[in-house]
Amino acid sequence: MNRWTPGIAPERLSADELAANFSDLHPPLDDHEAFVAAGRCYFCHDAPCTAACPTEIDIPMFIREIFSGRPEAAARTIFARNVMGGMCARVCPTETLCEEACVREMAEGKPVEIGRLQRYATDRLMGRNAHPFTRAAPTGHKVAVVGSGPAGLACAHRLAMAGHDVVIFEAREKPGGLNEYGIAAYKTTEGFAQAEVGWLIGIGGIEIRTGTALGRDVTLDDLLDMFDAVFLGMGLAGVNALGIPGEDLAGVEPAVDFIARIRQAKNLTEVPVGRNVVVVGGGMTAIDAAVQAKLLGAEHATIVYRRGPERMGASEYERELAAARGVSIVTNARPVRILGQDRLEEVVFEYTIETPQGRLEGTGETFHLPADQLFKAIGQKLEGVPGGIEIENGKIRVDAAGRTSRERVWAGGDCVAPGEDLTVTATAQGRDAAESIHSFLTGEG
Amino acid sequence: MADLRCNFVGIKSPNPFWLASAPPTDKEYNVRRAFEAGWGGVVWKTLGEDPPIVNVNGPRYGAVHGPDRWLMGLNNIELISDRPLEVNLREIKAVKRDWPDRALVVSLMVPCEEQAWKRILPLVEETGADGIELNFGCPHGMSERGMGSAVGQVPEYVEMVARWCKQNTRMPVIVKLTPNITDIRHPARAAFRGGADAVSLINTINSITGVDLDSFAPEPTIDGKGTHGGYCGPAVKPIALNMVAEIARDEETRGKPISGIGGITTWRDAAEFMALGASSVQVCTAAMTYGFRIVEEMIAGLSDWMDEKGHATLDDIIGKAVPNVTDWQFLNLNHVTKAVIDQDLCIKCGRCYAACEDTSHQAIAMSEDRVFTVKDEECVACNLCVNVCPVEGCITMRTMVPGEVDPRTGAVVSGEYANWTTHPNNPGAGCGTG
Ligand SMILES: Cc1cc2nc3c(=O)[nH]c(=O)nc-3n(C[C@H](O)[C@H](O)[C@H](O)COP(=O)(O)OP(=O)(O)OC[C@H]3O[C@@H](n4cnc5c(N)ncnc54)[C@H](O)[C@@H]3O)c2cc1C
Ligand SMILES: Cc1cc2nc3c(=O)[nH]c(=O)nc-3n(C[C@H](O)[C@H](O)[C@H](O)COP(=O)(O)O)c2cc1C
Ligand code: SF4
Repeated sequence: MNRWTPGIAPERLSADELAANFSDLHPPLDDHEAFVAAGRCYFCHDAPCTAACPTEIDIPMFIREIFSGRPEAAARTIFARNVMGGMCARVCPTETLCEEACVREMAEGKPVEIGRLQRYATDRLMGRNAHPFTRAAPTGHKVAVVGSGPAGLACAHRLAMAGHDVVIFEAREKPGGLNEYGIAAYKTTEGFAQAEVGWLIGIGGIEIRTGTALGRDVTLDDLLDMFDAVFLGMGLAGVNALGIPGEDLAGVEPAVDFIARIRQAKNLTEVPVGRNVVVVGGGMTAIDAAVQAKLLGAEHATIVYRRGPERMGASEYERELAAARGVSIVTNARPVRILGQDRLEEVVFEYTIETPQGRLEGTGETFHLPADQLFKAIGQKLEGVPGGIEIENGKIRVDAAGRTSRERVWAGGDCVAPGEDLTVTATAQGRDAAESIHSFLTGEG
Repeated sequence: MADLRCNFVGIKSPNPFWLASAPPTDKEYNVRRAFEAGWGGVVWKTLGEDPPIVNVNGPRYGAVHGPDRWLMGLNNIELISDRPLEVNLREIKAVKRDWPDRALVVSLMVPCEEQAWKRILPLVEETGADGIELNFGCPHGMSERGMGSAVGQVPEYVEMVARWCKQNTRMPVIVKLTPNITDIRHPARAAFRGGADAVSLINTINSITGVDLDSFAPEPTIDGKGTHGGYCGPAVKPIALNMVAEIARDEETRGKPISGIGGITTWRDAAEFMALGASSVQVCTAAMTYGFRIVEEMIAGLSDWMDEKGHATLDDIIGKAVPNVTDWQFLNLNHVTKAVIDQDLCIKCGRCYAACEDTSHQAIAMSEDRVFTVKDEECVACNLCVNVCPVEGCITMRTMVPGEVDPRTGAVVSGEYANWTTHPNNPGAGCGTG
């Protein structure tokens, strides 16, 4: 073990310690726990939890199904609205979605554990790889889906269910999008993302072509020639740059690359991590990078965010989680320079204040943080959008049904303007675009 | 998909889930929404003669809550419909016209005189309703006026009124029984003797849900006073199940149609009533607690369970448990079991020990390091430890196989069936009464 090894090094912790650190964040409920947890639901009328769910899962109903001893029926209720219900049960920030809206959160600060109950139900059905839906008779229509993240998968599934044939074009080697490459390892353990894709395409009628990128291997015009409609669910392939001196030093990299490396590692002891890690940013990605650096054995992991804590994208719950794992969070400071010989050694930050108009100003006062590794988590950006598609605030412009400015082209997920960048939002948008495509193809739209 | 279609004395509904006669069925607005939500049928809130009765203007309900304010039992002092007869009849007609595939039964309660029934029956018939239910059950208010349970408690009256109704209408007649009686079989037999097509049960049970210890008044309290009301909800289910079973297995009434009522909250409760002989079920408190949507879960749950078990139609489950309900004297006294504690599941709370040591048979041993084990030589297999253990499946009953020696009695366990009627301790056994 090399806990104190300077620089960036693998094996800071033993295999056992790593296994414990990266085990399930929220272990699954057993039958009795689920029964008790389900018994707490009030079966609210016009339930606020359902309204708070971007996919509008009928939450009180699925909880009642668990309560009456029918977890698989509960799973079907969940999947009917949200086919990524298994992943969402693990990764949704429920504290800002359904559980925040739960009347028992309001009443006693202890919401019904909707996320864990959802996991309980979906695990049951997926555990025996049972696909709950049957496909409608083939329609002969063909749809291309670009990207196999939650948006693309949800769209493909809905279309396949309606009897259309779908081909998914995926640039990377594995399907799943950020479910496979982005979500923190302790949220989705044991190859769940791949298992979920396998389960989802069990509907039939979906072909996934990995290693095939739009723009590189195929063009939008090709797709429009070969298919009746196209859905773009390409996420945000680029990362924002800091734009400060020293950014190209070794040891500085996008947080998402580090996170992907952890997710793809066969063996966590092989993933190198710095002794002093600095993460710049304030969202979920920053938290995930810093926490996972700590879990890999970094001595210090510090998140530095340029505005006040209330402006951070990461919820209070996630910030507490990070603090509990020993991550320090510094707010109101921005990086101005990265120092080092061949590689990064320290980062210079300047304190900031936010003017009442919301403008950020440096105070002139600076401080230095020693760093072997710096992760940039200041947002991803849209890349590789084909020409002729209108962009709005850096994202693809769509109407309420997910239509882009181009005929026969729909889009959804992180790459479009509306909605938060969350798995569940991407799922909802993919599903709704599929409904719109379906109406278009069957002449009802 | 299992076929949930229900045919109850000729009254058809797409599923066996009916709303019981009570506030959920008190008016057109409710019943239409219930049908939209999927309920297979309703029994309209009980109609009486004009002028309509009046209800109290203070609280009508009291409740018994479980932990976490679970509504275990509800008690009410509401009377029958307090709206004019003509309004109810007009609404019934309109709803039935728009929902021909749903069961619409009208509950009635008029004075115990043939003329009164003769007056109201044609009016109901004219609405196109599918049948009538005679409310012989209300335990409060109406009974003091010689109606409701005052009739239901006298089998001769039950028979008489049932006969009047059969003679004066072509509609199927269901008699709703009161549980406030010593032996439910007597009014049930009387109903069928009078020609009734079916019985439904249970109505509510006389109860006081609590006493306010500051004002020393029973709850619900109206201006310092309270009265007994009718108890219903999950708490009454075991009582209702037994009464249904008693009628289902009685020589005289065996196989007669029963609509099961009392505490039905999930599909499982409904399936249990049906297994004990009910061919439709009625729900009141669960709908009043959670709203109409619970029927979705009831329908899907019943259907899934039937599919899973290979039951195609309701007839495949109705009455399936009746042959297994027997009298105590016929239980097999040679069936010997012993409690077994699963040490891996045990959380060492010691509740089994306290229960057995203090109140039962001193059959559980406790070691210094809190390991609890059953003393087979003391265990009479009463099941108390199983029931008080907080961990499901931790304590179970193991059936001893024939040939084993029961360490408590020293006797070899026999594979033969033997019951009380032939037991040597039974003074009557030798006389050939077995
Ligand atoms: C580090 C990190 C942690 C996160 N944690 C959470 C979390 O805990 N909970 C949560 O709800 N959300 C989380 N999110 C957000 C969530 O992952 C995304 O909102 C969601 O994955 C978006 O789905 P999508 O389908 O739009 O895009 P993506 O999941 O990004 O999928 C897009 C897919 O398109 C492919 N692609 C891109 N360009 C092309 C091209 N030209 N040709 C073919 N294929 C292409 C990509 O390879 C990728 O597979 C996190 C995001 C990150 C970055
Ligand atoms: C508020 C209230 C009013 C009721 N009114 C009637 C009635 O008018 N006629 C009747 O036959 N039963 C009436 N009942 C009894 C119910 O129909 C039903 O038999 C009883 O509540 C048991 O079912 P449950 O446990 O599902 O509630 C009433 C019950 C309640 C709670
Ligand atoms: S808000 Fe909470 S209590 Fe109400 S239905 Fe949703 S989970 Fe149940």
